[in-house]
Amino acid sequence: MQPKLEILERELIERILGEAFTLIAEPGVKVQAPAAVELLAGAGARIEEGVAHIPEALARRALASAPREFFLHNRAGEAVVRYGGDAVQFDPGSSCVHILDPATLEHRMTQAADLVRLVQVAEMLPQYAAQSTAVVCNDVPKETGDLYRLFLVLLHSSKPIVTGAFAAHSVPVMIELLAADSGGREALRRKPRAVFDVCPSPPLHWSEFAGQNLADLARAGVPAEVVSVPLAGAAAPVTLAGTLVQHAAECISGIVIHQLAQPGAPVVWGGAPAIFDMRSGITAMGAVETAMLNVACAQVGKHLGLPTHGYLTGSDAKVMDAQAGMESGVAALMGALGGINMISGAGMLDSLACHSAEKLVLDAETIAMAQRVLQGIRPRGESLALAMFAQAGLRGEFLKLAETRKLFRSEQHLPSSVIDRGSLHAWEQSGAKDTFARARERVAELLAAYRRPALAAEVEGELKAIVGEQARRAGMEQLPGLGT
Amino acid sequence: MHDDLYLALRQCIIDGDPEQAIELCQRALAAGIAALDAINEGLVPGLNHVGEQFAQGEMFLPDLVMAGEAMKAATAILEPAMQKAGARRETLGKVVLGTVQGDIHEIGKTLVGTMLSASGFEVHDLGVDVPFETFAVKARELNADVVGVSALLTTTMTGQKNVVEALERHGLRPRVKIVVGGAPVTRSWGEEIGADGYGEDALAAVALAKTLLGK
Repeated sequence: MQPKLEILERELIERILGEAFTLIAEPGVKVQAPAAVELLAGAGARIEEGVAHIPEALARRALASAPREFFLHNRAGEAVVRYGGDAVQFDPGSSCVHILDPATLEHRMTQAADLVRLVQVAEMLPQYAAQSTAVVCNDVPKETGDLYRLFLVLLHSSKPIVTGAFAAHSVPVMIELLAADSGGREALRRKPRAVFDVCPSPPLHWSEFAGQNLADLARAGVPAEVVSVPLAGAAAPVTLAGTLVQHAAECISGIVIHQLAQPGAPVVWGGAPAIFDMRSGITAMGAVETAMLNVACAQVGKHLGLPTHGYLTGSDAKVMDAQAGMESGVAALMGALGGINMISGAGMLDSLACHSAEKLVLDAETIAMAQRVLQGIRPRGESLALAMFAQAGLRGEFLKLAETRKLFRSEQHLPSSVIDRGSLHAWEQSGAKDTFARARERVAELLAAYRRPALAAEVEGELKAIVGEQARRAGMEQLPGLGT
Repeated sequence: MHDDLYLALRQCIIDGDPEQAIELCQRALAAGIAALDAINEGLVPGLNHVGEQFAQGEMFLPDLVMAGEAMKAATAILEPAMQKAGARRETLGKVVLGTVQGDIHEIGKTLVGTMLSASGFEVHDLGVDVPFETFAVKARELNADVVGVSALLTTTMTGQKNVVEALERHGLRPRVKIVVGGAPVTRSWGEEIGADGYGEDALAAVALAKTLLGK
């Protein structure tokens, strides 16, 4: 069995959904995108002063037409990420504005080169099933910032990608980039490589660009992840149960818009719910209640039979210290036990602001531990212990058994050099390094071993032509981050 | 003489109870207490207490926000009496505040507004998604001392620069100070766009405004 964490009783899930259906009808949902308003009105939702009142029956039809499962593909076309059931996968956090400088510990503004470095590290770590467009490139004009990030990830990675747009007009260009990479629009629809995060604004508000994104993605058959971001106590009710209601209402309304644009198009019950820190006013990504909210949101999504997403493994710490390890470890394990299909957020520090390659390396260890827990404890032979005792007897020399050698790799997760389990003497001899120092070394090793994945010359040319055109329009004289 | 009433006024701010604040202010006026005295002897000590407790980590943002709500309710009752008496509450300065165009994040900006009002500034909150030009127009109209521009998104923080430019176009610089804040905003960003200061949080914003106005 895959060990599981469930924190909502079935009766409470029903109540959460009951109140969510009530909310989307009254007070309703603010919808600013004309395309979304048109779809909702055409399907029988009452629209008054920019607010859509969505009847439960319409919402239930949309939830029923959304697929139960879909896959993301790598560049080779293999279905390597499964959205559905209790599959659990991780990807780095998205859209940070700072990077932790490993030498000075300064949080400095991110540039294209930082994104490339993070992508290279994540590419080398099997714990990351997908890449993300991890940081904002401050050396790229904001009009092209979103599509430029996707372009850099496509150039430097062959993994599936979790991405998103900053403006309505970017999505068609980003779809064009993905289609060029996949070998055309039909190929992209059949074997999508990326999923787009689309965020409602809390509470219950679909902005012009987010609403338009949903419609565009559905029509292109490119998966959309509805990432509702209720902030408990500030932009959502202070009670965790109340925040779950808002999250459900925001997700449901997004799925309604999405499915009306194209019934059956792939969509994810996603989210980054969090509590608002009542001292500092920040989004407390490392709080245990934030982890509880993510697990509970996914449980509601699973109850509806939908693929799920959450935002965990980040930390509010400013450097890669004990707080960072503790918060990320607890949250990643809870998310994994919650069976959340895609868990975003690894590598992040300072709430949602700062990324770190060193933390990506440490979080990979946490993720490996969580994945080991999911494999559970299972019998490996006819007997559990009797056959091995028959050989080892009371001398207890289990280390000499062939079974030990054969099975230890599947029984134990073997951590990388980031985790130190050696003797005190060995630790002292090797320089008495702490976790951060070991992580820095591992980052250097991974970067040295990284090779850019193969990309057909004509595809690369096409990607550069698409982005080059956009870059010229935005006044960029050169394209940063292209180096290998 | 009116010590009990002053204490009750102080307490209603600490309790963050707007209804109680309204009732007590009406009682104070009926008892012949000058509106300005009710503010300075009752309400302000309450606000100061909340501010101190917050700084020490004993009180939290909801306490601060509700204290601000109680203060707002109280001054709404006392204001007409003050005007009639020709008295004016001395303020530390006028602040025009808003979240920049394209951004609808409210919380950080509202907290800053609450703390500034609580600390004795006159705050004009323009709300969210405020056009660049509007900051300048309002600053001129209200004869503001400080303009505060909030941005919560990396995509909208560039708008803070447009606000700086708008104030320059209107000839309001350098007299009107510009301060910036928001999750992605940093001190170096503030310097880059020519703002006068950056506040890390609501408390820092108050300290910044006081420093800029030499208070």
